[in-house]
Amino acid sequence: MTLRTLLLGASLLVLAASAHAANVRWASQADGLTLDPHSQNEGPTVMMATQHYDPLIRRTPSQEKEPGLALSWKSVEPTVWEFKLRPGVKFHDGAELSSADVVFSFERARHPASDFKNYLTSVKEVKAVDPLTVQIVTNGPNPILPDQITNISIMSKAWAEKNNVTKPQNYKDKEETFAVRNVMGTGPFILKSRDPDIRTVWTKNPDWWGLKENPHNIDEMTYTPIKEPATRVAALLSGQIDFLLDPPLQDVARVKQTAGLTVKQTAQIRSIFFGLDQGSPELKYSSVKGKNPFADKRVRQAMYQAIDADGIKAKVMRGFSAPAGMITSPGVHGYTEALDKRLKFDVAAAKKLMSEAGYANGFDVVLDCPNDRYNNDEAICQAVVAMLAQIGVNVKLEARSKTLHFPKLQKKDSSFYMLGWGVPTLDSHYVFSFLTQTNDGKTGTWNYTGYSNPKLDGMINAMASEIDQAKRDKLIAEAWDIVNGDILYLPIHHQVIAWAMSDKLDMPIALNDTPQFRWAKMK
Amino acid sequence: MLAFLVGRLLQAIMVMLTVAFLCFLLFTFVGDPVNNMVGQEATNRDRAELRRELGLEDPIPLQFLRFVGNAVQGNFGLSYRLARPVANLIAERLPATLELVAASALLALLVGIPLGVYTAIRRDSWASRAVLTLSLTGVSLPTFVIGIGLIYWLSVITPIFPSFGRGEVVQLGWWTTGLLTSSGLKAIVLPAVTLSLFQMTLILRLVRAEMLEVLRTDYIKFAHARGLRQRSVHFRHALRNTLLPVVTIIGLQIGSLIAFSIITETVFQWPGMGALFLQAVTFADIPVMSAYLTMVAFCFVAINFAVDLLYASIDPRLRVDRAAASGRMG
Repeated sequence: MTLRTLLLGASLLVLAASAHAANVRWASQADGLTLDPHSQNEGPTVMMATQHYDPLIRRTPSQEKEPGLALSWKSVEPTVWEFKLRPGVKFHDGAELSSADVVFSFERARHPASDFKNYLTSVKEVKAVDPLTVQIVTNGPNPILPDQITNISIMSKAWAEKNNVTKPQNYKDKEETFAVRNVMGTGPFILKSRDPDIRTVWTKNPDWWGLKENPHNIDEMTYTPIKEPATRVAALLSGQIDFLLDPPLQDVARVKQTAGLTVKQTAQIRSIFFGLDQGSPELKYSSVKGKNPFADKRVRQAMYQAIDADGIKAKVMRGFSAPAGMITSPGVHGYTEALDKRLKFDVAAAKKLMSEAGYANGFDVVLDCPNDRYNNDEAICQAVVAMLAQIGVNVKLEARSKTLHFPKLQKKDSSFYMLGWGVPTLDSHYVFSFLTQTNDGKTGTWNYTGYSNPKLDGMINAMASEIDQAKRDKLIAEAWDIVNGDILYLPIHHQVIAWAMSDKLDMPIALNDTPQFRWAKMK
Repeated sequence: MLAFLVGRLLQAIMVMLTVAFLCFLLFTFVGDPVNNMVGQEATNRDRAELRRELGLEDPIPLQFLRFVGNAVQGNFGLSYRLARPVANLIAERLPATLELVAASALLALLVGIPLGVYTAIRRDSWASRAVLTLSLTGVSLPTFVIGIGLIYWLSVITPIFPSFGRGEVVQLGWWTTGLLTSSGLKAIVLPAVTLSLFQMTLILRLVRAEMLEVLRTDYIKFAHARGLRQRSVHFRHALRNTLLPVVTIIGLQIGSLIAFSIITETVFQWPGMGALFLQAVTFADIPVMSAYLTMVAFCFVAINFAVDLLYASIDPRLRVDRAAASGRMG
């Protein structure tokens, strides 16, 4: 008896010695705004939610869909999607997941105070068929519903009712709700402590359903936001953190050269482009009176061909960009390399187009640019100003913080502006409906070019409800031909993102710039 | 004395109200927080509705009155960015900033005053000259350069101190202190040095200049003539009189330390109010910004009030003079 216990004890000791506690410390520049998963649809906030909440359908690092809390899904009728839930999933407090929680979470996400309701505008009703089956009824056929719900986190209904958080945080409320700093999900990590803007700590969820597919070995995870770029890099170089989500581009080379550190990079699903006011009879901020130079396609094409995207890549982005010929990136359904081929950089041809259009002497115009939103946004604008000067377009650059830039665009108070666009649903319809459809307040809400093409609008509405995959793809391809052919926007490049990490951490890079530590392994 | 107190208090309130009103005028130019609060899919109607709910569509005087009314009750509203009460946010971050400011002020005083006295007494020694030359770096280098430089040399190249954060903190009631843990003590060194350098130089040079002047006065000569020891002359007599203007300057500087620790806190990711303010500016988080600026105005007013009282108590001449001016003594 004693011998057995001794041997057992010894073997346990050996095991314990080999299984080390793997702690990951990571940082990025901005903390999540709230832990309420249906309140703010904002990058870092969504990223935090994915660590402790699960959606029905998840995305892999390369952005393919994979089963999450739903094992399978199919369209049982044109307007009904049915999801079969995974059995035996437990919330962090031990309660079993059932369809009631899924229905509750979707209704919560559709609440007027939720910022995620715009993903669910096509949803008419969500109902539980049995404890492991949920049906989502849509207003019309919606072939891409599964793509639209990958950001909807599933929360525990019982916990929400007990803590009075059945509605997402509303700014009308004078107090913070319990959900702002507390969570109850099914995810790979359990929230241990939360100090907004200071530190967030998670521990491993040993009962997580996905441990077989994602055998991560992280026992504890600490996140710290570090706003100052130099301090972020210093923290990584000194070994105080193991993973840095957004190393400043000018320091990436330095990090690569440091022993013990790696940098992974990939094209991001975010494209940067310029918008031109083509709809106004006269431009608000230019020297041309009585007519609108941007309404002439030759002027738009001249400006396009005067911009050297490869030069911008080499000098401004230090190699961290992928010059683009269309306003959406690889990974989005409908993207093709043929469409992404840029018109040739040709200043002579551009000058010829300008004189053909009657602007041989050029004109003045004001460019509105953000200076704290996209990678090197102001620097790109400055480069473009210099390039357009070559064809006579004298640009006055006005760079502003994003809190001033976007309202200006929304007031339709810009003649020439920079914009970037990401695609969470990974489908071209998202791009079309926001950026190219006629802006009537409900659709085309980010289309500030004044472009209005009824034929294109019809195609965009058709592709939203076309179930036949082949017909839908044809609609998408034709729509892109129109958008590119009309030179609706001046595409510049797709952003390239870089993640820096210690060699001890094995973490694949994701195209949507959202690290999910269920993929990580510490050596 | 009472009349003096009441008069100063009324002046203080006037200053506070003026500052608060000016803040409000400023915010009409600060940008729209609503865009940061909703995702890119939100419709224009959603945005307009949120703006209405937040009271951003009301006229500025009405918003200001609402703010003052709430502020007097200690309610600064909810932060747009974090959806938490601003009063809680400020209370959480205050200890970090106050500890940093206290450490910097202490360092500046403990190093600045002795060095100032030394460079005044031994004017022409090479050590004095070296100190004065080096002190120029304190005033000429910007705070963030010093901060990043210190991080580079003492955190990356030779890992002695941590490069960011406050270390482990201990909760004592509503106050969190980093001074009771070893990681907390290590973490406060670099930020405190960075923040204190400018004040240290200022105090050093001020003490030196004042001391040189005091050392030339008659009563010091008489003290020497009487045969008092050097140390007694320098410290009991000269230094005491030197410190009067220094106290005023230090008071002002502590106010500015609290208000402008922004840069140091950002560089070292020190979770204090300065970092909170900077994030509020980028986000156009109006409740936090207005609360912070009002609080800073309050700090300045309170500290200067205290300095005035201190002045009157240190220098007996002032007490008599004021009474004479108010016409009480004939």
